[in-house]
Amino acid sequence: MTDTLASHADQGLHRGEPLIEMDSVGKSYGAIRALRDINLRVNAGEVTCVLGDNGAGKSTLIKIMSGLHPHNEGTLRVDGKPVTFSSPRESLAHGIATVYQDLAVVGLMEVWRNFFLGSELTAGKFPLAGLKVKQMREIADTELRKMGIVVKDINQPIGTLSGGQRQCVAIARAVYFGARVLILDEPTAALGVKQSGVVLKYVAAARSAGLGVVFITHNPHHAYMVGDHFVILKLGETTLDKTRKEVSLDELTTQMAGGDELAELSHELGRK
Amino acid sequence: MTSTVEAPAPAAGRVKLGLSNRLLARPEIGALVAAVIIFIFFLSLAPSFRSAESFFTVLYQSSVIGIVACGVGLLMIGGEFDLSAGVIVYTAGLFNSMFCWYFGVNLWVGAFLSLAFCLLIGFLNGYLVMRTGIPSFLITLGTFFVLQGANLGVTKLVTKTVSSLDVSNIDGYDSLGKVFSSSFKVGSVTIWTSVIWWILFVALATWVLQRTRAGNWIFAVGGNPDSARAVGVPVLRTKIGLFMTVSFLGWFVGMHQLYRFNTLQAGGGVGNEFLYIIAAVVGGTLLTGGYGNSIGVAIGAFIFGMTSLGIIYAGWDPNWFKAFLGVMLLLAVLVNLYVKRMSTMRKVG
Repeated sequence: MTDTLASHADQGLHRGEPLIEMDSVGKSYGAIRALRDINLRVNAGEVTCVLGDNGAGKSTLIKIMSGLHPHNEGTLRVDGKPVTFSSPRESLAHGIATVYQDLAVVGLMEVWRNFFLGSELTAGKFPLAGLKVKQMREIADTELRKMGIVVKDINQPIGTLSGGQRQCVAIARAVYFGARVLILDEPTAALGVKQSGVVLKYVAAARSAGLGVVFITHNPHHAYMVGDHFVILKLGETTLDKTRKEVSLDELTTQMAGGDELAELSHELGRK
Repeated sequence: MTSTVEAPAPAAGRVKLGLSNRLLARPEIGALVAAVIIFIFFLSLAPSFRSAESFFTVLYQSSVIGIVACGVGLLMIGGEFDLSAGVIVYTAGLFNSMFCWYFGVNLWVGAFLSLAFCLLIGFLNGYLVMRTGIPSFLITLGTFFVLQGANLGVTKLVTKTVSSLDVSNIDGYDSLGKVFSSSFKVGSVTIWTSVIWWILFVALATWVLQRTRAGNWIFAVGGNPDSARAVGVPVLRTKIGLFMTVSFLGWFVGMHQLYRFNTLQAGGGVGNEFLYIIAAVVGGTLLTGGYGNSIGVAIGAFIFGMTSLGIIYAGWDPNWFKAFLGVMLLLAVLVNLYVKRMSTMRKVG
């Protein structure tokens, strides 16, 4: 498993080397400041977990990294060079792949078509060049199999797979096409316990292969199982930034749940 | 790490779907069954339906609708509508004929200018839909009314009547006629070239949809545009291209009408946009996009041709035709719903 993931992962990745660095990055939408003064490092071979409540700025953070919205404060560096992404294509070209929770795949299309969507193999450059259908089916089938995803029929619409399997296919696709940084937007939010497990194993495998993983979630238990580094956002600002050694699951859970505010709330409600 | 992920399944775990399941998963199967039933129905009821001549008349009737429906089908698979597809046929023909009549230039010049104009309308439809995010139903409803009004208004200004003038004496009429509306005889059967063009367009569209990168993108932008964009599919370009394909095919049929009939009624084409949509839906195209194929749409157009002529051959009141189309549409939607459920919820193994 690790070997097959690793065989597709960029061989130039060195564990611990910074892939994405953010220096006091901020983003305003008109008068609304969605994100301010964010310092974040995504290292190769590490899982960086970004936690936060709804409206904390998690999605804005992803959008900056995946090229949907450019940042307007601070600097974003990829491989040490400052960049500002203006489209998802640019960010993909830097090896940054984002897997969104509900829009990872096109449900009515076959598994193999989804696997190669946007990176199809064709017999030539001209517009009506035929797709190498047989080859794509075989590659998709063997790659998914190697990566431990059991698809009964590679020609079935991907909508017939379970939510966890769909997420895994999307991740496998990103890795196969040479992603160096994997951004996972709440991959376990809509999944049951068992399916979340499948996805978490996959996150761990991607880390072992040397990829930098950004794992967005609001479940501290899931984060603590795979994370190396934890960042909690609140109202667009960082309220916690610690490595795995410096933080316990309890502290993470309390902080996530609101920490001091929660204590205050429980005092106010006054039930013993 | 290796131990945390389950071992790959053995290849023996593969499931081969039964023939019935694989057939049911095809979009055009419902339309095919309906076409066979309707064909047998008219064969047994209308004696004059049972000849090769009338079969090719049916094919001709189907091709005039089928060529544009082919483009509309692609567009609907791509998740959009085009309500201006009916009148653009007449806009194309009227533009060509009146421009050349008014300025006294060769009809070929007018034909190319008309093509450019139609492609521009298609581009504008697509661009407005994509840039504003307003549903294509509304944008093209607007284009539909603009074109319908302009067709009548401009024609009235130029000719003082509601039809275009005779262009058969202008240079280029004969050669254009050969390209767009000629026919040849095989025995006693007249075969219009538009039928051959129709088959070519359907074959091309089928190839594009199933076997090219563009086809993959069409399914993706119709099925889930956001996810398509996230993996790098150029959604804007794909959708605008689809709108332009529809207006190109509309232009093509417009040329056929002009060079077959010489003069055109300025109010023509209104209502045909629904025939295209019905052909596409009867052929198994999903109204919400992302599913369908061109052969299904062609069968849908063929059902249209059979019923519109079959009713006449059977000696019935042709006014019933629309009612029949409505019933077909409702049945098709129900069948599609059922088939989609079968193909996405079916048990695999």
